[in-house]
Amino acid sequence: MKQWERPFGRSKPETVKGEVKIVEDRCKGCGFCVEYCPCDVLELSDKFNKKGYHPPYAEKLEECTACKLCEMICPDFAIFVIEKEEEID
Amino acid sequence: MSNKKQHILEHPMDDLLRMDRIPHIWCPGCGLGSDVAAFADGLKRAEVDFDKVAVVSGIGCTGRVAGYIKLDSYHTTHGRAIPFATGLKLANRDLTVVVFSGDGDLFAIGGNHLIHAARRNLDINVICVNNFIYGMTGGQNAPTTPLGAYSSTAPFGNYEAPFNLVGITAAAGANYVARWTTVQARRLSQSIATAAKKKGFCFIEVVSPCATVFARKNKGGTGLDLMKEFRNRTVIDHKADPTQIPLTMDDEIVCGEFVNREDPTFWENVQNGIKDQVEKNADWEKIQSEKNKRLYKKTLKYEGSRDIG
Repeated sequence: MKQWERPFGRSKPETVKGEVKIVEDRCKGCGFCVEYCPCDVLELSDKFNKKGYHPPYAEKLEECTACKLCEMICPDFAIFVIEKEEEID
Repeated sequence: MSNKKQHILEHPMDDLLRMDRIPHIWCPGCGLGSDVAAFADGLKRAEVDFDKVAVVSGIGCTGRVAGYIKLDSYHTTHGRAIPFATGLKLANRDLTVVVFSGDGDLFAIGGNHLIHAARRNLDINVICVNNFIYGMTGGQNAPTTPLGAYSSTAPFGNYEAPFNLVGITAAAGANYVARWTTVQARRLSQSIATAAKKKGFCFIEVVSPCATVFARKNKGGTGLDLMKEFRNRTVIDHKADPTQIPLTMDDEIVCGEFVNREDPTFWENVQNGIKDQVEKNADWEKIQSEKNKRLYKKTLKYEGSRDIG
């Protein structure tokens, strides 16, 4: 939806941005994080890790809102999210 | 270079895990790791003192939790997690004792221990991970296997009606009874935080996918497929009667916090009982001396009657 008027003079509402960190060698490629990410940030990669599984990678990192659901649902403690500091334009 | 960089990465849950034993041996697609993560998150949410938490577990896939979590933990004999936890709690009542075990351990071999702990309303939290089958030993029929499900020892389908875990504990008198699946990770961790602060017997059933055995025998696909199925079948209803919601193969999985009451715990009952006795026998010496007088008279009478007779 296109906004006609900018509320409070701001161009875009501020949201928290996240940075996904993946400990690739712990991953077992179950795909829980890819399935349950609400913003579809993650995607399974084609490369292999030490154990021979496909770890995920952050395909659309700019859409991450640091909800930390991937951190909660990962059974191998292989993924976590750091909140980025807001960049002031 | 890349290896060195990855080594520096530190997961926020690393402080609650024994890092020398990670990566764990659970299969890819198993929900147990997620449950442990929810447990760690719940403890952090409850803001309990980590030095005063003890985790007790029995034998089985879920029994390994005590080995992976970096708290005071106790890996006990098969089915006897609750007796050990009982002793632990009654000897050191400042501890928050959490029993983290599987359905085979808590309800098959340890069924009576669990029922009687719930009846006494002991002040412990029990987290039971239900994966419908004996996972570690190779997929034998468990008392929680739903009717019609296939397992190693039921190649034509299971004919035995399963236990309804929340129904049993609610009927036995637990103070807090909840059921969640692994998919609802946040609600599960919130529930664990509630149980950690609550007095009395708290029971949380976690319906968890078993990718290697249960899904393979029942053509359920991978662990992710089971998780999707759980999500589609879940209905959250906090007012449901826990005795009327058994787990089946196809019907909906009713989740929620079914029981939340404030009955007196076992230790409170013991304290009240001792207090009543102390009040009753406050002038103990007087009662004793009167009793002795009566006894003395009685013996005199008896001897006398015998002499006459």
